[in-house]
Amino acid sequence: MRIKSSFSDRSLTVFVYICLAVIAFVSFYPFWNAAVVSFNKGMDTALGGVTFWPRAFTLENYEIVFQDKRIINGFYISVMRTVIGTVASILFTAIFAYGMTKKELIGRKFYMIACIVTLYFSGGIIPTFLLIRGLGMMDNFLVFIIPGLISVWNMIIFRTFFMGLPQGLEESAQIDGCGYWATFFRIVLPLSGPVIATLTLFTAVSHWNDWFYPSLYITDEKLIPIQTMLQQILNSNIVSEQFSQLDSASQSRLSSMKSITSKSLSMATMMVATIPIIMVYPFVQKYFVKGVLVGSLKG
Amino acid sequence: MAEITAAVTKQQQALKSKSKVRRFLRQWDLQLMVIPALLLIFVFSYIPMYGVLTAFQDYNIFKGFLDSPWVGFKHFEMFFHAPEFERVMRNTIIISVLKLAIGFPAPIVLALMLNEVKNMYFKRFVQTVSYLPHFLSWVIVSGFAMSILSVENGSLNMLLQSLNLIKEPISFLSIPEYFWTIIVTTGVWKEIGFSSIVYLAAIAGIDPSMYEAASIDGASRFKQIYVITIPTIMPVVIIFMILAIGNLLSAGFEDLLLLGVNPILRDVSDVLDTYVYRTGITGQRFSYATAVGLFKAIISVGLLAFANLLARRTGNSLW
Repeated sequence: MRIKSSFSDRSLTVFVYICLAVIAFVSFYPFWNAAVVSFNKGMDTALGGVTFWPRAFTLENYEIVFQDKRIINGFYISVMRTVIGTVASILFTAIFAYGMTKKELIGRKFYMIACIVTLYFSGGIIPTFLLIRGLGMMDNFLVFIIPGLISVWNMIIFRTFFMGLPQGLEESAQIDGCGYWATFFRIVLPLSGPVIATLTLFTAVSHWNDWFYPSLYITDEKLIPIQTMLQQILNSNIVSEQFSQLDSASQSRLSSMKSITSKSLSMATMMVATIPIIMVYPFVQKYFVKGVLVGSLKG
Repeated sequence: MAEITAAVTKQQQALKSKSKVRRFLRQWDLQLMVIPALLLIFVFSYIPMYGVLTAFQDYNIFKGFLDSPWVGFKHFEMFFHAPEFERVMRNTIIISVLKLAIGFPAPIVLALMLNEVKNMYFKRFVQTVSYLPHFLSWVIVSGFAMSILSVENGSLNMLLQSLNLIKEPISFLSIPEYFWTIIVTTGVWKEIGFSSIVYLAAIAGIDPSMYEAASIDGASRFKQIYVITIPTIMPVVIIFMILAIGNLLSAGFEDLLLLGVNPILRDVSDVLDTYVYRTGITGQRFSYATAVGLFKAIISVGLLAFANLLARRTGNSLW
């Protein structure tokens, strides 16, 4: 039986659809527009009116970006820190979390409290900065990996997940003579696919997007990740510098184009810095929509 | 007799503690799983907490933490009497409250609206698109904002001009009056979709028969939202409200740092966090900046305790 919908119900539906369409448009437009500008000739963009579709399509902005050795290097640093940092962090945090699930672990309660405290209190930015400098980690690749190696949040999420695994499997492994480490690697880890996938993707995204800490700890241009570099570019719009990075042949070729502007170049750089996120996004979405994270946060 | 019992218990205790050490040593492989991680937590979380004591010192780079002279509350007093104090406090409070007042309910409203959508394709589409900004870095988001709000062919200026609302393009990012609106809007833009996930999950847990009963009783859809959906998700709302209040003063640092760089905007963009950054990292006044940071942390803990007190009254305490 279908109850006939009243006028107020129908107007509510119309209102909701309009609002959501506007939200969807506003959410996506800045991204779309930046992509359009990055594929449009700079001088043409400067005339105005470029919104939904490139008017004078070109790849020259990307040509310049990909010939800028600093951007290539920044991209490389970002990829390295994301891959190494994420794999190391997930592995060590998972081992830690597994150890913390064991009731026979001596000092478990104390360890747990020590972890929880760090969620509420922190030393703040200046004492951390002084510590990192004191440890000699300034301008050192390790600063991307070591301080964030153990994430207490991720540990709690892993721990909740591990505790939900059927006990019998672990017990039978132990009867077969597996120690804690063998049980972890042979039984627990292979069963933890969804939670590993979710946390890996979130950790990777935060590694890739980190621009602030490198701006504190890194002065060596060879170690600056792409996000920090992009921030510097947006701040100063150093087009001429980008030109000077090119070898003379392509420099003369590109200077004849003369249609590049700082805006189109920064948009192209922004796209390059976003592509990896867009590539993993469909996979992230699959997992977080299922509510793995939400469920474990509740626990 | 009593002496003997005492001696026996003592011996038992010694045996017990000895066996505890032995038990600890026997589970060395298990301890090896957690101790390296705990050491890292100790170094990178607890040492900086201890380092907060720098706020009571005149930190000297060459003397280091251990040998710098102690000066008591000097830096706190300096901050309270600093010419920037009033401006920083005002901006911190106003920006935080604006972000809470608009940024907190926005995802709830979005979740309520998404729940009204019966067309699954449309719902999925809106979700996919609105979650995306959460995964972009603040650098990218600020780049988008600069591009859209740009005085030279920024999309917003083009739109307003084509609607004949303005004649000359406005330089939104260099006019202080617009700054708070821009900061709140970009914050909502970035997080509205992703924050709505929790509320959608809470709404999904509501028993559909409640809606059926309500509609048989003749309640309109709007009324159903008001009397069923909102009261049912209230506990989740309150928990997130407490967390938001606890984080109130940290609300936004990267965005203010990136979009408020223009010195014209400092009067409206300077908050505690950016002030700590500027005095500490740029100005190298380590002790002073630590003191300001500690001041902020103390207020935050106070706010968290206060919010929890309020929540306890309603029966939804965090702890």
